[in-house]
Amino acid sequence: MAAKIAVRDLWKSYSTPDGSLSVLEGIDFTVAEGEFVAVVGPSGCGKTTLLNIVAGFEPGDRGDVAVDAVPVTGPSRKGIVISQQGSVFPWLTVRRNLMFGLDGLPRQEKRRLADHYAELVGLKGFEEAFPYQTSGGMLKRVEVARALVVKPEILYMDEPFAALDALTRVRMRVELLRILTQEKHTVLLVTHDVEEAIHLADRILILSSRPASIRSILKVSFAQPRKLTSREFIELKEQILRELGM
Amino acid sequence: MRGKAKLLAPAVLVSVLVVLWWAAVAVSETIIVPTPWRVVLGIVDLARQGTLLDHIAASLFRVGSGYLLAAALAIPLGIFMGWFPGLFAALNPLTQILRPISPIAWIPLAIIWFGVGNMAPIFLIFLSSFFPIVLETTAGVHTIERQYIRAAQNFGVGGAALFRQVVVPAALPHIIVGMRISLGVAWLVVVAAEMIALKSGLGYLIIDSRNAGNRYDLVVAGMVIIGVIGLLLDNAMRRLERLKEVRWKYGR
Repeated sequence: MAAKIAVRDLWKSYSTPDGSLSVLEGIDFTVAEGEFVAVVGPSGCGKTTLLNIVAGFEPGDRGDVAVDAVPVTGPSRKGIVISQQGSVFPWLTVRRNLMFGLDGLPRQEKRRLADHYAELVGLKGFEEAFPYQTSGGMLKRVEVARALVVKPEILYMDEPFAALDALTRVRMRVELLRILTQEKHTVLLVTHDVEEAIHLADRILILSSRPASIRSILKVSFAQPRKLTSREFIELKEQILRELGM
Repeated sequence: MRGKAKLLAPAVLVSVLVVLWWAAVAVSETIIVPTPWRVVLGIVDLARQGTLLDHIAASLFRVGSGYLLAAALAIPLGIFMGWFPGLFAALNPLTQILRPISPIAWIPLAIIWFGVGNMAPIFLIFLSSFFPIVLETTAGVHTIERQYIRAAQNFGVGGAALFRQVVVPAALPHIIVGMRISLGVAWLVVVAAEMIALKSGLGYLIIDSRNAGNRYDLVVAGMVIIGVIGLLLDNAMRRLERLKEVRWKYGR
């Protein structure tokens, strides 16, 4: 099967006043079409850099990054990033945020699509609200819906739910899984939350601390819905934490 | 506090000051400084003659022209200065040199260049409004959070659409603050500018009232009207800050 995302021998370093800082050293992995892959690693290990390079926001120094066998040269609507800080435009209503990426369509059609996805993520009734009038969890829903509405083939998620409280975080994971059964996407998730990775992903890449290289790749073989308290869940969590040196 | 309660404290304060003013005039038996009542009569007098509205209209016209011209140039310039570091590096030092020069200092040159008609005060208003708007607009663009720009790029929005859909709305709260500050300064300056050799305007009214027979009741009447209009202008601008499209930046 041809890989949706292929990363081959990717290297990246930054120049700092104290010399060159190596961040990624020879990262190698693929993500299949429709697969959900999580990347876990210690804080500051270079996970976000990796995601930024794959999503086209930064160039790598060496190695190849390709989506559908085409080298990545910049960001595109094919893969939308959902990040921890969030990027819902505060000057637009929820509906106008969802319509933002839909250039070139007739207004009625934009509106219909926006409202459809607002409903899908549970924002029905809040279409006219401004972001500052909503909660952190709802803002995250807006961001997810705004990504989905342009029908991207890939979702890039960078600690998407890290800023939320623990309960909302779990609820958002369940919601995300529900949405992904309705609209199949390839997902690359970067997180330091091992539980989140096991809950959501088909495969988990474990990175070493900086400079990051891949320590191991684990398949999460038990089926959804996954119970956070099941034996296999806890065993896998312990194994990953061990790999991370905890 | 809301509604009437919010107005109560300032109303009480103003009343107390008026009473003190009245008492001070009565106790000192001055014949130069008018009592509040004589100022009220002065305003009524001006209104009856029909000149009051002409003076107000003349001042507002000058402020309106200079201010809108300044905004029309300063907002685009500020946005480009904020967006293009090269332009900022080139223009910022000059801006910082010109900005602290009081518009009043330009009066002699303004008279040479534009004579004593409407153009000189409009030019001074323009100068006074221009720099606060440029500065705030530039700051507004500089403080745009990077994730908004990246999200726009992610959705394929670039070029002119990026400015229209992201840069301008993201900087708008700052732009409005700049416009409010500069409107206050513009109003301050128009009165000063009109004190020089014009035949209309609230500044002219004050100087003329003194020169033509020491009518200090009309001098103070002019001051009160300037203050009240200044308050109304500021309130109008504050309304802009309550728009839902910009409120996110000011806190709730």
